[in-house]
Amino acid sequence: MEIWSHEILSVIGPSNSGKTTFLRTLNRLSDLHTAFRMSGAVEMDKRDIREMDVEILRRKIGMVFALPLPLPLSIFENVAYGIRMQGVRNKHELEQRIEEALRQGYLWDEVKDRLDESAFKLSGGQQQRLCIARTLAVQPEVILFDEPCSGLDPVSTAKVEDAMVELKKKYTIVLVTNNVKQAARVGDKTAFFLSGELVELDKTDRIFTAPQDRRTDDYISGKFG
Amino acid sequence: MSHPHRTQNIAFFFLLLATLLIVVPVGLIVVIIVQKGLPAINGQFLLDIPRQGMRAGGIFPAIVGTVYLVTGAIIFALPIGLLAAIYLSEYSRENMLTRLIKLAIVNLAGVPSVVYGLFGLALFVVFFKFGASILSGSLTLGIMILPIIITASREALESVPSSFREVSLSLGASKWQTIRHIVLPNAIPGILTGTILGLGRAAGETAPILFTVAAFYLPRLPHSIFDQAMALPYHLYVISTQVPNVDEKTRYGTAFVLLALVLVMNIIAVVIRTKFRKKKKW
Ligand SMILES: Nc1ncnc2c1ncn2[C@@H]1O[C@H](COP(=O)(O)OP(=O)(O)O)[C@@H](O)[C@H]1O
Ligand SMILES: [Mg+2]
Repeated sequence: MEIWSHEILSVIGPSNSGKTTFLRTLNRLSDLHTAFRMSGAVEMDKRDIREMDVEILRRKIGMVFALPLPLPLSIFENVAYGIRMQGVRNKHELEQRIEEALRQGYLWDEVKDRLDESAFKLSGGQQQRLCIARTLAVQPEVILFDEPCSGLDPVSTAKVEDAMVELKKKYTIVLVTNNVKQAARVGDKTAFFLSGELVELDKTDRIFTAPQDRRTDDYISGKFG
Repeated sequence: MSHPHRTQNIAFFFLLLATLLIVVPVGLIVVIIVQKGLPAINGQFLLDIPRQGMRAGGIFPAIVGTVYLVTGAIIFALPIGLLAAIYLSEYSRENMLTRLIKLAIVNLAGVPSVVYGLFGLALFVVFFKFGASILSGSLTLGIMILPIIITASREALESVPSSFREVSLSLGASKWQTIRHIVLPNAIPGILTGTILGLGRAAGETAPILFTVAAFYLPRLPHSIFDQAMALPYHLYVISTQVPNVDEKTRYGTAFVLLALVLVMNIIAVVIRTKFRKKKKW
């Protein structure tokens, strides 16, 4: 399959269909598991990702996890983490990039007076937006979202979705979602996964109006999953 | 199943009995030693050298010797133990060799301390020609507490949630940066606890220092790490069994100081642990 820059690819499918595994293959987090085996190849800008420096690859391909996972640091340090790991020490530059990232994550106004507080004091939705801001701060080209709203209430979900739609302008996004409507709302293309296999991949409106595969049709009309 | 209550009561009784059987002796030891030892404690006892063949004066050189030995042991064992733990829990793959290493470490923890003493004698005193010295004693004690430190550190490292590591890596941090900035800071309380428990063990053991450092009677402070030294546990053994007519007060006073030292270290470990547990954020 091909993913073009500045588009949102939605990935849908029942649980355990390999959506997370697919994402973790893209940024090579799967390498952490000794049992992981992969066939085929993933290329980014025509280069096999396994030949790239893994740290650089992961800077280019950011990831937001299913559950909000702040690091046990302050709000500021959470966003600063990725930048610091690249060796940026300059305080002014740090502050600037952190403010920018928090603004892009629609969180700045809520946290600008409490940047030194522990990130765990934020609400679930705020934590997830913090995780988005943290990913943005590294200035990636691609962002992988793994069911970013699964743990959130509808209001927080709406806020996170807003942020994503805005991000689409600057980044390439792969959005795994358990919410078929969300895929329809934000995706340019949609992929349907089942049992570890890609069943169908097409423009989002085609998937939802004229799916080629029976199983896709059954899934989006809610017959299983 | 006609008397669930009675079986429960019987079980409860035996559980209580078992608990009491543990608590009572510990309590008695503390009470007796405090009761008989506390009256001996005063400035002279703590800060004077032993006099009249250890029947009078104080135990200052033994206290200092124990502090030196414990410090030396930790300077040696903490870095090595921590590095080994990091390697084992973060880098090593599960294979025959690492399984063997882990097994060896577990078994090392069960080796009787007198065996460490003999080992230290053969390796440090004789082979490396350090002689009976603080250096030899510290290294021997260090080797003895290595398994404690490695095991505690490994547990502490492995208790840091793997999701933190994945987040850190996904942000482009290298594996070492992840260990250095995320894993280690969150594992420090556990590592410290293990280290302090190791310290307590090192302070209290007699056998490992018997052949490697301990001086029977050396009424002065050691001059260097190549000097022999007195140490509390060995001094206690000497005045209890080797020197006739030592006051009961003096003997229990020495025991009291040793017990207090070990107890204080354990209390510090507990305090650190509870403090960090309260602060723990996940
Ligand atoms: N292509 C595949 N081949 C073999 N096993 C797979 C494949 N894709 C996923 N799995 C396995 O299926 C399980 C669920 O995958 P996961 O990616 O977590 O699903 P999802 O995120 O869709 O719920 C995992 O244990 C994973 O190892
Ligand atoms: Mg998943």
